[in-house]
Amino acid sequence: MVLTKDAYRELGLTDQEYKNILKILKRNPTPTELAMFSVEWSEHCGYPRSRKYLKLFPQTGKYETLVGEDSGGIIYDGMAIVFKMESHNHPSQVEPRQGAATGIGGIVRDIFTAGTRPIACLDSLRFGELSDPYNKFLLNGVVSGISFYGNCIGVPTIGGEIYFNDCYSGNCLVNAMCIGIAPREKLARGKAVGIGNTILYAGAKTGRDGIGGCSVLASSEFKEGEEEKRPTVQVGDPFLEKCLIEATLEALDTGVVLGIKDMGAAGLTCSTAEMAAAGEVGMHVDLDEVPLREEGMEPYEIMMSESQERMLLCVKKGKEKIIQKIYKKWGLEAVKMGVVVKEKTLKINYKGKKVCQVPTFAMAEAPVYDMPYLKVQSANIKVQSIKQPKDFNKTLIQLLSSPNIASKKAVFEQYDHMVQLNTVVLPGGDAAVIRVKDKKWGIAATTDCNSRYCFLNPYKGAQIAVAEACRNLVVTGADPAAVTDCLNFGNPEKPDRYYYFKRSVEGIADICRAWELPVVSGNVSFYNESPKGAIYPTPGIGMIGIIKDVEKRCTADFKDDGDLVVLLGENKEELGGSEYLKVVHGKEEGPPPELDLRIERRVQKACLEGIEVGVIKSAHDLAEGGLAVALAESSLFGGKGVMVSLTDRIRLDALLFGESQSRIIITIAPESIFSLQDILMINRTPFQIIGKVKGKKVTIHYGEKKIIDLSLTKLREKWTLQL
Amino acid sequence: MKFGVIVFPGSNCDQDCFHVVKNVMKQPVKYIWHAEKKLDNFDCLILPGGFSYGDYLRSGAIARFAPIMEAVKKFAGRGGRVIGICNGFQILCEAGLLPGALHRNKNLNFICKNVRLKVENNHTIFTKLYSKNQIVTIPIAHADGNYIIDPKSKGKFKVVFTYHGENPNGSEENIAGIINKAGNILGMMPHPERVAEGILGGTDGRLLFESLLQNA
Repeated sequence: MVLTKDAYRELGLTDQEYKNILKILKRNPTPTELAMFSVEWSEHCGYPRSRKYLKLFPQTGKYETLVGEDSGGIIYDGMAIVFKMESHNHPSQVEPRQGAATGIGGIVRDIFTAGTRPIACLDSLRFGELSDPYNKFLLNGVVSGISFYGNCIGVPTIGGEIYFNDCYSGNCLVNAMCIGIAPREKLARGKAVGIGNTILYAGAKTGRDGIGGCSVLASSEFKEGEEEKRPTVQVGDPFLEKCLIEATLEALDTGVVLGIKDMGAAGLTCSTAEMAAAGEVGMHVDLDEVPLREEGMEPYEIMMSESQERMLLCVKKGKEKIIQKIYKKWGLEAVKMGVVVKEKTLKINYKGKKVCQVPTFAMAEAPVYDMPYLKVQSANIKVQSIKQPKDFNKTLIQLLSSPNIASKKAVFEQYDHMVQLNTVVLPGGDAAVIRVKDKKWGIAATTDCNSRYCFLNPYKGAQIAVAEACRNLVVTGADPAAVTDCLNFGNPEKPDRYYYFKRSVEGIADICRAWELPVVSGNVSFYNESPKGAIYPTPGIGMIGIIKDVEKRCTADFKDDGDLVVLLGENKEELGGSEYLKVVHGKEEGPPPELDLRIERRVQKACLEGIEVGVIKSAHDLAEGGLAVALAESSLFGGKGVMVSLTDRIRLDALLFGESQSRIIITIAPESIFSLQDILMINRTPFQIIGKVKGKKVTIHYGEKKIIDLSLTKLREKWTLQL
Repeated sequence: MKFGVIVFPGSNCDQDCFHVVKNVMKQPVKYIWHAEKKLDNFDCLILPGGFSYGDYLRSGAIARFAPIMEAVKKFAGRGGRVIGICNGFQILCEAGLLPGALHRNKNLNFICKNVRLKVENNHTIFTKLYSKNQIVTIPIAHADGNYIIDPKSKGKFKVVFTYHGENPNGSEENIAGIINKAGNILGMMPHPERVAEGILGGTDGRLLFESLLQNA
């Protein structure tokens, strides 16, 4: 590469950043150094535009917390449960199958890099409306990518979410979460330690794919003709990844691996610089040793390549052969490519020439920017102007068949969600549940975010995302334990976009602090914009919870005829931001529903206690589509009808389809009513008995009037997402 | 009864089968690495599901050349019991231990779900505890489960399981699992190891392992 005068700009660095580099080096950077700075200081790796606010997140909570280099988690009963969510949005928009596949590959590597075996994946996906065939192409491409990669590596995909909104046309979101588990003493760190120890490169060869993936592709907006960026998307090989998982976990078991990091975004640059910085040491690296896929690669290309399925290990001097033997057994290369040194410098040689010599801290510490923000006020609806539908049966069917609410069975049946023999609540409900073999307890996991709420009020919307994720866990019988986030926003250099980011982070931080939920890991994805504008702010929340006794887990399906249906929480006249308003009236206006943290807490606590003592037979969170949709869903899950009678004095459309928060429908055996009442009283939880499980129809009365009357057969017909 | 679970690079149900044999059936079990050439004294070999060699070229097409397969053929030839589940079934077909082949599913997608099966034959060492025509629920998880067979080979095997109700992958005569004429090699697309414990939603697969032990 010939360094033109403003090569740094093409690499995504600002004038000021270039000046800083000159100051650190006290000379002009080599092409390799410049390339390395550009990736390490990019938003994708160094978080310069978001770090200021990310510091607000609590890192401790009610369970012992772990925050590692690449992921984080909690300790429970001597086991480390590590998890993280990460975005692969831009690559998926450009090449959906490989983009999504390598998104899975990357997050799974982050988890086994921590020394934990990946036990589950979840995917949170967002696309433009399916009326545009291109969005359908993206959806099918992404799903096939997850299926192709996730199934092969033998990690079950147990849950997630899929939403559609026009704001994602031109910039889809693919957020993947992975959970791993291991006895706590097996945890590994992403550090280079011990002067004289060896740096090993393990896994696939390095090629020219993915060069500039994070600095060029992930750190700028989408414009016309983005297909040209296709070469920056990596290509995944799940077979190699599967072998890499097994080989790496076997290598970590030997005890001679002192530090390890996967080569994800920014490849060798990130792994060498960050491992050295984390261990407060230096590193001498010889690029001639790197296994290359093709000849004639420049040193900056080798350092920036994002070829998949590669790891960097710090191994005890003299013990390299033990590790090399393991990788060889799995058909993988492991070569000595460097050594840990005392002087805190990252020195890189190639073909007898020094191509990089920088202080270790310089690259790993990206600058922190104070970004300007501008408050945005969104439109509020005039409820009086909204005409109520005449036929609520029609409205319920309209909502159940809308792609955001329809059953996603056609998608999750393409994912192996049972391999590893742990999935005890299958995908499709509020949260998936996995057991932990040889333990009494289990883990519930979910992802959540209603981005329309966040667009209408970012602070409240983000809090609702956390509250609802908690509710999703609670209805399975789990105690919410910890949070990971995947913060998807528009261009942070635009002050209105930045406002959404700032307020969302503040919302998450406040509720997490109040509820003792640590944010143990996460990811920021900015620049999610197409020529049409920015996406809705989408602070995706991934959460895990602990079910103390996994035999007591609860599901959302109605169980037996005659069971009482009880609504926890209160119905309010709230229509703002609802799916009903959008699907039926074509309006996406606010305000989103209120969230009273005290009531929410009480509802959750009562529900969890009811499940733990075995009173509650089914529980389902109320979300998009409100009460009527939740009742229909629980009926459809269980193949059992329901007869409900309502009396609240509010507008009927708000009563049936409004999305007031802090509500759960549960069912109990009639004789359990007194035990339930005790629990609800102690927790001062508002509730009403609204009906019973019966027959094969969903019937809702309002006073004397029958306002919903539909057979399960008819409902099921409409309740499917058409791929 | 001594079980061996063969591990090819890319196998991903090896640990599941191992778990069921060891912890549910309480039987001795060992992993066998694909590069081995000899077998210890096993009573039954399991070729597990997964994506051996990434399923590159064609499912099971590369695994049939693995060094261990010669030993597996000899073991089977001596009447040793062999079960191939999912990818294991595909490998057995590719290796010529069972007739027929498994094509891409009719809808071209990977499908993971519970399916209903009919037990067509309970006069086998693998199914003697099932009753004939019993309907059982066992999950499938595959992209290539569409069984086809040339008319000439039809006498070389017996059908053990068929899909009941819906045929998920288009397989000929709804075939889900077959056994060789000698009655010691079983291949099936559904995963019995996934329903061997009640907590996972069923125990219909456990009967298969229990049937085997009855003969031990």
